[in-house]
Amino acid sequence: METKHLICINCPMGCPLTVEMNGEEVVRVKGNTCKRGEVYGRKEVTFPTRMITSTVRVVDGISSVVSVKTREAIPKGKIFDGMKELKGIKIKAPIQIGDVILANLADTGIDVIATKNVEKR
Amino acid sequence: MYDIMIIGGGVSGAACARELSRYKVKICVIEKEEDVCCGTSKANSAIVHGGFDAATGSLKAKLNVRGNEKMGQLAEELDFPFRRTGSLVICLNQDELPKLQELYERGIDNGVRDLCILNREETLKMEPNLTDQVYAALYAPTAGIVCPFGLNIALAENAYTNGVEFKFDTEVKEVRKLNEGYELHTTQGIFQTRYVVNAAGIYADRLHNMVSKKKIKITPRRGEYCLLDKEAGDYVSRTIFSLPGKLGKGILVTPTVHGNLLIGPTAMDVEDREGTNTTAEGLKQVIEKAGMSVKELPARQVITSFAGLRAHEEHDDFIIGEVEDAKGFIDCAGIESPGIASCPAIGEMVAELLRDKMKLEEKEDFIPTRKGILNPNTLGKEERNVLIRHNPAYGNMICRCEMITEGEIVDAISRPLGAKSLDGVKRRTRAGMGRCQSGFCMPRTMEILARELNQSMPTITKSGGQSQVLAGRNKNEKL
Amino acid sequence: MKSYDVVVVGGGPAGLAAAISLRKNGIDDILILERDQELGGILNQCIHNGFGLHTFQEELTGPEYAWRFIRQVEELGIVYKLNTMVLSISPEKVIRAMNREEGLFDIQAKAVILAMGCRERSRGALNIPGYRPAGIFSAGTAQRLVNIEGYLPGREVVILGSGDIGLIMARRMTLEGAKVKVVAELMPYSGGLKRNIVQCLDDYDIPLKLSHTVLEIKGKERLEGVTLGKVDPQGKLIPGTEEFYSCDTLLLSVGLIPENEISRGMGVEMNEVTSGPKVNESLETNIEGVFACGNVLHVHDLVDFVSQEAEMAGKNAAAYVKAHGRRDDKGQVIALTPGEGLRYTVPETLRVTHMDDKLKIRFRVRDVYKNCYVSTYFDRERVMHKKHQILAPGEMEEVTLTRDLLLLYPKLKTIAIRIEED
Repeated sequence: METKHLICINCPMGCPLTVEMNGEEVVRVKGNTCKRGEVYGRKEVTFPTRMITSTVRVVDGISSVVSVKTREAIPKGKIFDGMKELKGIKIKAPIQIGDVILANLADTGIDVIATKNVEKR
Repeated sequence: MYDIMIIGGGVSGAACARELSRYKVKICVIEKEEDVCCGTSKANSAIVHGGFDAATGSLKAKLNVRGNEKMGQLAEELDFPFRRTGSLVICLNQDELPKLQELYERGIDNGVRDLCILNREETLKMEPNLTDQVYAALYAPTAGIVCPFGLNIALAENAYTNGVEFKFDTEVKEVRKLNEGYELHTTQGIFQTRYVVNAAGIYADRLHNMVSKKKIKITPRRGEYCLLDKEAGDYVSRTIFSLPGKLGKGILVTPTVHGNLLIGPTAMDVEDREGTNTTAEGLKQVIEKAGMSVKELPARQVITSFAGLRAHEEHDDFIIGEVEDAKGFIDCAGIESPGIASCPAIGEMVAELLRDKMKLEEKEDFIPTRKGILNPNTLGKEERNVLIRHNPAYGNMICRCEMITEGEIVDAISRPLGAKSLDGVKRRTRAGMGRCQSGFCMPRTMEILARELNQSMPTITKSGGQSQVLAGRNKNEKL
Repeated sequence: MKSYDVVVVGGGPAGLAAAISLRKNGIDDILILERDQELGGILNQCIHNGFGLHTFQEELTGPEYAWRFIRQVEELGIVYKLNTMVLSISPEKVIRAMNREEGLFDIQAKAVILAMGCRERSRGALNIPGYRPAGIFSAGTAQRLVNIEGYLPGREVVILGSGDIGLIMARRMTLEGAKVKVVAELMPYSGGLKRNIVQCLDDYDIPLKLSHTVLEIKGKERLEGVTLGKVDPQGKLIPGTEEFYSCDTLLLSVGLIPENEISRGMGVEMNEVTSGPKVNESLETNIEGVFACGNVLHVHDLVDFVSQEAEMAGKNAAAYVKAHGRRDDKGQVIALTPGEGLRYTVPETLRVTHMDDKLKIRFRVRDVYKNCYVSTYFDRERVMHKKHQILAPGEMEEVTLTRDLLLLYPKLKTIAIRIEED
C-alpha cells in the first residue's frame, strides 16, 4: 500500500494528512480533525484543483486593472494554460463584482469573474 | 566653446558654479550621474564642523573655518536646512585630556570661535544621554548640521537660475589640452572649454593625471552609517565625536536637521571607486562604537544604513588651485571631511581665482537668493489652508512617514534642475526617507513622476541609469 | 469645530467592521477617515482567496470580503471621507486631518477608534549589508504594484522572510510571469500559514530555505543578485553555506509593525512586544474613550479575527458614548500576563464588570510547540488546560474566558496563560 503525506489547507490548522492508497484508489485518510480534511485528502491525491486569482486590464476605468478569480477551483494542471488565456484581455469599465470576464477558462467549463467593482473614469 | 566647464555636480562643483555665476561668463557643469548630489556629497555626516580638527595652516583648516562662518548667510540666501547646534568631542578618562587640550589649542590657532573645555558635570548637563564614563569634552558652539542634499541642490539651482548650464549622464572619459583651453571627451560628445574646474570627487585624481605630470592619488575611503528613526532623534542635541583617530574623526552620534539620529562613519580604504556598499562588519562597528559614546543606544530604531566614499588625498589636505603644468585646469580635489563645511569657502576661493585670472566682470542681474521647496508642515493652519485652496495637491499626502504632499513632489520635479527619479524626489522632499523607507509612497511617487515627466511607469528609475523600478506589465503584456 | 460621536481612523477591515458595529449598537453620528482613495484598506490588494471562512463560511478574495463590509457601510449611511490623512489627535480627542477639498480641519470626537493598520518592516530595519539598487521591495509594496497597478516589479525573484504576504507574492509573481527562485527564512520555522506554504510554494516547486538569510546585496543600479547563507540557532552564519542567487528582485516579508505614531502622539500607552496600544477587555486604551482594533492593536494573520475584534471595539465604544463618556475603573481589575512560552496577550487587563459572557484572549507563542498544553492560571490555580497538537508563532491563538467562571473568583488579581509540556 502506498501512502501520501499532505498538509490540509482548508483552514489555518493545517492538519498533517496521511492518505493511504491502493493504486488509484484512496483507502483511508488519517490525521484530519474534521470532515473537510478527509474530503481534501481524497481529492488532492486524485483530482487536485486550485482557484486562480489574477488581474486583467481595464479600459476607461478609475483603476487600470481589475482583480479576477475563477468562479470555482480548476484542475491544478490547467493553471498556466488559464493564465495564458488571461494575457492580453482588456475589459471596459464599469465592472461589477461577479461580472464574467472570460467564459470557460482553458476548457475547464469554469468562468473567470471580477472580484472588484471598477467605476468608469 | 565654454569659458568654464566644471566637472562634477557635488557640493564642491555646485558651490564653484554658484559663485562663478556672479560673473559674466559661460559656464557648464557636467555630471556623470542623472542628478546633482550623487556621490560623496549625498552620503556623509552632514556636519558643519567647527574647524579645530585640521592641521593649522592647511587648506582644510582655513576653508573649514571660513565655510562655517559663511554657512549661516548662505542657508538664508538659498533656503536650505542648517542649524548651528554645536558639537562635543568627548574623552573618557584623564589620560585623554591632553589630546582634548591639543584640539582646543589647534582650534584657537585655526581661528575657531567660542571653544571651551567642559568638565564631566557640564558635559552631562548638556547631553544627559552620554556615556557615564565621560570625563570631559571640547565644546564647539559654532559647529552645526546641514541637509547635504538641500545644500548641494540649492547651490546648483541657484547657479542654474544665474545662467549656468548643466549636463547630466555625461561622464568625462578623456581630457585633451588644446592650444587654448581643453577638450573634454565625454559619453555625450566632445566639448571645448577655456578653463576646467576639476571637482570630480573620488575621480578627481584621474582627471588631474590626464593633464599633469605631477600625479596625485585619491583613495576612496568608505564610511558606513546607520540612520535611526525620528523617535530617537532627540537622543542627543549636538554632534558627539569621540577623539579623532588616524583615519578620521571616529564614529559620531548626531541629530540630523530633519530630526533623525545619525551614527557613523567607519573608515575603510577600498579599491572600488563605486564601492558604496555597506558591510556586516562595518555596520556592526558603527553600532558598537556609537554605543561607547552614549548609553543604551536605541539600535532597534535603525531605519536604514548607507555608505559613502571620502575622496582621501594622500597628503591629507584639499588640493585647490591651478595645476602647475596645466594652465587653466583648476583642481578642486581631495575634498573629504570637512568638505561640506568648507564648500561655501571652496566656491569662493575658486571663483576669486578665476575672476582674477580671467578678469571676470560681475553681472548686474545676479540673483543671490533661491526659494527652497515649500514645506507645508512649517505653516500655520490658516496659511496652509490658503495654500491648499490655491493648489489642492498640497492637501494630498503621499509620504505618510515624513508627511510629504503631492504639491511638494510636483514642485521637486518641475523646478529648475528638477528630480527625474525616485531618489531625486527623495533628496529634494524626503518622500520615502522615513521609517517605512518608501514602502507606501513609492508606487504613488512613481505615478506622479510618470505623469509630470510624461513617461510610462516602467521607465521610471530609482536613480537614473539602469535602475528602473519595474520590469514591465503583468503577464509580460506590452506597454 | 465639527463634532462626531465616534471617529474611526482608518477604513480598512478593522475600521469598516467597527463602524458597522457602532451603528448596530445605536450610534448614528459616525465618521470614518480613510487615507486611500477607496475603502477596504489592504484587502484591496489582497486579491487572493481564502478570506471570510469564519465570518461568511465561504472563501472570498480580499476585495470581495471588503465589499461585503463597504456595502453595509453604504447601506447604513455611515459617513466617510476618502483621501483624508489624519495628522494628529489630541488627548482631548480633537482630530486634525487633511485632504484636497477641505484642507486642514479639526474634528471633536466623543470617542475614537484607532484602526490604522500596520506597515512592513523595511530592509533598513534588518540592516542587510550591500548596495542599495532598485529591485528591493517590501512584499506588500510589490503586491500593490502587481495587483492594483498591474506592473511586474521584476523577473527573477528571491524572497526573504516567509510571512504570508511573501508567500502569496511568490505565487502571484510566478503566475504573472516571474521566476521565483527561493524563499529564505531566518527562523527554523515559517512565519506564514501552512496553507500558504502548500499552495504558494509547494505547488510551484519554490524551495523554502529555513534558517537562511540574505548576507549581501549585489548590483549598483538594478539588483543583480543576493548571497544567502545558513545560520545556527543563535543566528550566526555557518561558514561555507554561502550561496549566490542571481536575481533582479528581492522581496522582503520580514514582519509587520502596527502604525501607532498618531496613537503615541496623543499619549496612548504602548505594549513593547506588540507595538500596539495596551488595552483592557473593552479594547480601550489608557485614554478614556480611545479604542483600538485590528492590526494597529496587534498584527493578525486572519482578517476574520480583525473583523471580530473591530466589532467588539465598536460595541464598546458605543457603550462608552451612551454612558456619556464616563469610564468606570472602580471594580475588580485583573491583569493578564503572558506566561511561559507566550509573547503577549490582548487584552492586558480585564474588568469583570465590563465583560460580556465570553471574552477571547488572543496571544502568540514564542516558538513552535508540539503536543503541548495551553494552561490558564487564575493567580496560582490552573483553571484551564487544553491540549494542542501544534502551536506556532505564525498563527495567533486564543483562550476564551467566561464571565461565569470569573465571577467565582472575586479576589482574582492576575491571569496568566502559559504553554506547558505534557
